[in-house]
Amino acid sequence: MATQHSRSAARIMMAPAVILLLGWMLIPLTMTLVFSFKRYLPLRGGDLGWVGFENYVRFVSSSAFWPSVQTTLIIVGGVLVITIIFGILLSILLDQPMWGQGVVRILVIAPFFVMPTVSALVWKNMFMDPVNGLFAHLWKAFGAQPIEWLSDASLFSIILIVSWQWLPFATLILLTAIQSLDSEQLEAAEMDGAPPLSRFAYITLPHLSRAITIVLLIQTIFLLAIFAEIFVTTSGAFGTRTLTYLIYQRVLESQNVGLGSAGGVYAIILANIVAIFLMRIVGKNLDT
Amino acid sequence: MARAVTTRRKTINTVAAWAIGLLIFFPILWTILTSFKTEAQAINDPPLFLFFDWTLENYAVVQERSDYMRFLWNSVIIAGGSTVLGLIVAVPAAWSMAFVPSKRTKDILMWMLSTKMLPAVGVLYPIYLLFIEMGLLDTRIGLTIVLMLINLPIIVWMLYTYFKEIPGEILEAARMDGATLKEEILYILTPMAIPGIASTLLLNVILAWNEAFWTLNLTAAKAAPLTAFIASYSSPEGLFYAKLSAASTMAIAPILILGWFSQKQLVRGLTFGAVK
Repeated sequence: MATQHSRSAARIMMAPAVILLLGWMLIPLTMTLVFSFKRYLPLRGGDLGWVGFENYVRFVSSSAFWPSVQTTLIIVGGVLVITIIFGILLSILLDQPMWGQGVVRILVIAPFFVMPTVSALVWKNMFMDPVNGLFAHLWKAFGAQPIEWLSDASLFSIILIVSWQWLPFATLILLTAIQSLDSEQLEAAEMDGAPPLSRFAYITLPHLSRAITIVLLIQTIFLLAIFAEIFVTTSGAFGTRTLTYLIYQRVLESQNVGLGSAGGVYAIILANIVAIFLMRIVGKNLDT
Repeated sequence: MARAVTTRRKTINTVAAWAIGLLIFFPILWTILTSFKTEAQAINDPPLFLFFDWTLENYAVVQERSDYMRFLWNSVIIAGGSTVLGLIVAVPAAWSMAFVPSKRTKDILMWMLSTKMLPAVGVLYPIYLLFIEMGLLDTRIGLTIVLMLINLPIIVWMLYTYFKEIPGEILEAARMDGATLKEEILYILTPMAIPGIASTLLLNVILAWNEAFWTLNLTAAKAAPLTAFIASYSSPEGLFYAKLSAASTMAIAPILILGWFSQKQLVRGLTFGAVK
């Protein structure tokens, strides 16, 4: 039983964290909201007054908006499909008995710990460079014309780089979930003559559904915000300008803060839609 | 009962898993190998794998030309500082939520999680502006504070899930035996909480070390950590593969090693305790 005394002590212990996060959330958010209703050009006159919803309309009606939405969806969708499908296959493989399981696990997880700027640069220069990159050597060895990856297949290249970074995350979480699967269930199904494919479809996959949903939601939130990978490789050129990158360009490169802030509000709304679903799942888990 | 597995099946599993594991690890391996080559060997056609003249020259050149140690030091201070600060704020909060839960505890936890979902780009300019006003732009202290704040929800959550696992009965037993609150914390809770705190610390250092939105946008020459240092290699230096590789290897090596120790915590920390 918690006493009145310990309750107030608890409140004091919680206060710093709550106040800090409240400030971190409210102050910038309020500023973004205020800016988004203003014509605000720091380098060309500064604060030029209220303009109502003009920035919101202009952001959406600019020629760069819909392509950026499309790019965002392709990158996020592509990475999600790749990481989840390969993550499931890989986690099932890693769960099998084998020699050196621990070492293989380490090899598979390693890319997650590589900082985004390093992985982007290593892929860009050492693998995808059309003259000296490893892929160019490989293509030439088979007598093919090397591909200009980051300009001719730019979206595919970015998806490849980001998938490489996030596959370990998906694999690790799905592997953790698979290991909690009761193997007797699978054995019983096998004895009853269920073929491997239906064992996977009717036992393993349903067991993984919660973990898959969590991977899906968490990755979506992080993937909507990818920045360094694009900043380092194409700087948004060749059709790789995502919504995040477009807002970044509006705010810091062209210093149109009002317009960029309106874009920021859109991004916040978008992220919140995903977040609501994630929080429901995490919240349910809290009760148990 | 574990099922008997035929050696043949185990062999097939092993070969397949190692092949895929090495394929996934290959870009890192290739970077490490290239860092020991000369520039000419690094772009040799056909590519050289192991049989080249190993050299440490690139590491010396990277340090000499770009003062690598300064960026490393910035990374250490920013990642370490933000983690320690975060723990100081989060330990009492997580502690009280785990041991003195109230009706609102769950709401507070969920709200903290929601601040983590805020897209950084949405608040980029306000933070940038505040940093200029307060003279924090391109300072280590400024970046330390921002990274502490963005990772605070994860720290609180991780600690909360660890503290939750400490059985309350032990506390009651201690109280019955006449332990004071101070003794309770010092002799009973602290020893049981240390593994959880250590894991949280480890994961948070990794996250802060690799953070690449705020570190790129809020620093220039002075406070730039390794993420920004590597980004500056984009071009034309990036075309010197051996030096790029040496710089990259040095930037990822410490965290790769820490990361291998924290695999399990990674799952718990990044799924907010939803998968353990």
